[in-house]
Amino acid sequence: MSTAATPPARGAAFLARRRRNYFLFIAPALLVVGAVIIFPWLYTIWMSAFDWTIGSTAHYVGLGNYEKIFTSRRFGEAVLHTFYFTALAVIAPLVIGTWAAMVFHREFPFRGVLRGLFIMPMMATPVAVALVWTMMFHPQQGVLNYLLSLVGLPPSLWVYSPTLVIPSLVLVEVWHWTPLVMLIVLGGLAALPTEPYESARLDGATEWQLFRYITLPLVAPFILVAAVIRTIDALKAFDTIYVITGGGPGTASETINLFLYLQAFSFYNIGTASAVVVVFFVIVLAMALLLLYVRERTKWTSA
Amino acid sequence: MIQADITTEETMADHDRGSIETKRRRLLQAGASAVALGVVPGAGQLASNAQGAFDWKKFKGEKIEIFLVKSPRGDLLTKYHKEFEDLTGITVNSEMIPEQQQRQKAVIEFNSGNTSFDVIAISYHVQKRLFGKNKWLEDIRPMMADKSLADPNLDFADFAKGGLAYATQADGRVDSLPLNLDPWVVYYNKELFAAKNIAYPKTFAEMVDVAARLNDPSKGVCGFVARGLKNANVPVWSSFLLGNGGAFVDANGKLTTDTPEAVDAAKMYQTLLAKSGPQGVAGFNWNEAQSLFLQGKAAMWLDGIGFAQPLEDPTKSRIVGKVGYGVMPAGPKQQVSALFGDGEGISTYSKKKGPSWFYLQWASNKANQTRVLQAAAGAPVRNSAYAAAQSSSDFKAPKEWVECMLTSARIAQPGLPVIAPVNEFRDVFGIALTNMINGADPAAELKKATAEFQPILDKSEKA
Repeated sequence: MSTAATPPARGAAFLARRRRNYFLFIAPALLVVGAVIIFPWLYTIWMSAFDWTIGSTAHYVGLGNYEKIFTSRRFGEAVLHTFYFTALAVIAPLVIGTWAAMVFHREFPFRGVLRGLFIMPMMATPVAVALVWTMMFHPQQGVLNYLLSLVGLPPSLWVYSPTLVIPSLVLVEVWHWTPLVMLIVLGGLAALPTEPYESARLDGATEWQLFRYITLPLVAPFILVAAVIRTIDALKAFDTIYVITGGGPGTASETINLFLYLQAFSFYNIGTASAVVVVFFVIVLAMALLLLYVRERTKWTSA
Repeated sequence: MIQADITTEETMADHDRGSIETKRRRLLQAGASAVALGVVPGAGQLASNAQGAFDWKKFKGEKIEIFLVKSPRGDLLTKYHKEFEDLTGITVNSEMIPEQQQRQKAVIEFNSGNTSFDVIAISYHVQKRLFGKNKWLEDIRPMMADKSLADPNLDFADFAKGGLAYATQADGRVDSLPLNLDPWVVYYNKELFAAKNIAYPKTFAEMVDVAARLNDPSKGVCGFVARGLKNANVPVWSSFLLGNGGAFVDANGKLTTDTPEAVDAAKMYQTLLAKSGPQGVAGFNWNEAQSLFLQGKAAMWLDGIGFAQPLEDPTKSRIVGKVGYGVMPAGPKQQVSALFGDGEGISTYSKKKGPSWFYLQWASNKANQTRVLQAAAGAPVRNSAYAAAQSSSDFKAPKEWVECMLTSARIAQPGLPVIAPVNEFRDVFGIALTNMINGADPAAELKKATAEFQPILDKSEKA
């Protein structure tokens, strides 16, 4: 370590003093983190060990709440719905967003105006968006079925059908958040060097080859950033689902968040809700680690 | 008795106290109007003490916090707070937030042992048992009985019985004053009925038959529409359950939600919605049902009585003047309208109970109740409000609606069980009902839901 490079006695004292001073500087941050992150966390884990419904006394049940949720078919389904929703709501905007970024990266008339129009959905309030889409989904009076009828397709039940509800909700997410992916990837495209393209063209590469072997690897880090943001957003998606379907029909679109909301704020089962939060946290942590791992890998391939 | 379908425990308690009260009151005073007061213990004392000195200015200079639900009724009260301030010299500070959030905030504050508000608006169908069990609201009987605190013009006989029953807890405590009732009724499209020369159904069997005959998918018209969305849909089934003579819970706290009466009600629900209902009804809440009915695309719509205003509004409705307001048809056992309602109570943690009690009396007075009806903001508890509103020139609701309301209120019974975990009840049975629309077997679904909910109910009553 660096102690070897400095005179021994003075160096140690200096370092000790420095360490003390540093501690003073980080103390406020530590305090805040402790108060708003660490303490609530420990308290949540503590609460998850109790059978506690607001309005009645709490009983210690150990891992009873975890046993309850892991044996609950409904919670299992909620986890599956969450993964299904997240997978669709991440992949679809990434594909469409990247494609849109490629389109908007080219020079064409009114590009600025069209770019502006394209990112408009992102500026709308999620709850307002959800309410408007609810009306559009109405099986008898919604505009979507009217549009289908114009092109000769039979009407769909959209969010009113147990099997179509999650893809329909993803449709809203795609409309709402593809522009964000487009913006991030567009930023990446703007920063790309032009030389590799010139030499590849000289070597006779096709447009697809240019995209697949030059553009895609170079913008991959940006796509990954967009993927991380989308994953976080999709996992925590609540407002759209809550407003449009409330988890229904039945429990067909009930994600972990909806399940959690019901337990905590509708049934007031604080113990169960805390256990759900802990499990959800573990899932989020696992997904974060997975994404970090993927990021490390893309770094290695691009190097 | 309005609570007859709840646990016998509660009914017995009401009954005993009612008869003791009646005897005592007969000693104190005689009068036909007093019979109507029998439901509310303590009201008799109020009437007998009512001649004492009462002064609205008694709490002059004090300040109270009111916690209301954002709704046309909350808006109305807030609009006239100045009137209360001028009358009493008490300053009113009020907060009004949407229903769901208001309920959550209330539970959390009560649970913390301290509330930021003195007076709170409550929904009986959801909160009665929870608040009663925890004694979160102040028993107002002592204040009603105190002649220096009770307004001599309060006139309890004027309150609809259903409302007073709602405000009375199983143990006899009266911890709120009722303000608004919401019995369920059948809105029907007279034009569609007339086109096929069909009369409004009088029984459940006729209702199912009429719905099937009026259902015409080729024209985009459905015979019947109501809530299919889980949780929201439970009162639709309750409406049928009560008419079948069924109940939610028996005397021993056992659910009776898988009895033949309950299964028949569920079958009727399934038949009406799946066979004569619109496509996608499993996801319908009242707003989807309403918009369909407004467009003239549904022959019958079963829901709360508070929707007359949009139906008669030419800017929103295509069926102005063609809407029939039907009392719930009679079931095989009885004719019942499922009832919902709300009122206001005083937080037990309030340090200003006197001024809060004054506010309650003002909020439920005849003028305020009449205003609710005039604005078509709901169906007030006071019977006198109906006569008063109808005599005024700017009253727009149809006469038929008023008659429907008065008849329905007379045959009303609580549309949800008076238990603490009401939301969970609605969720569990709501899912079962939604599954039925999508083809599941009613008996099996109810059996499953009953088995799932029984432990939750047991736990809530033990704690």
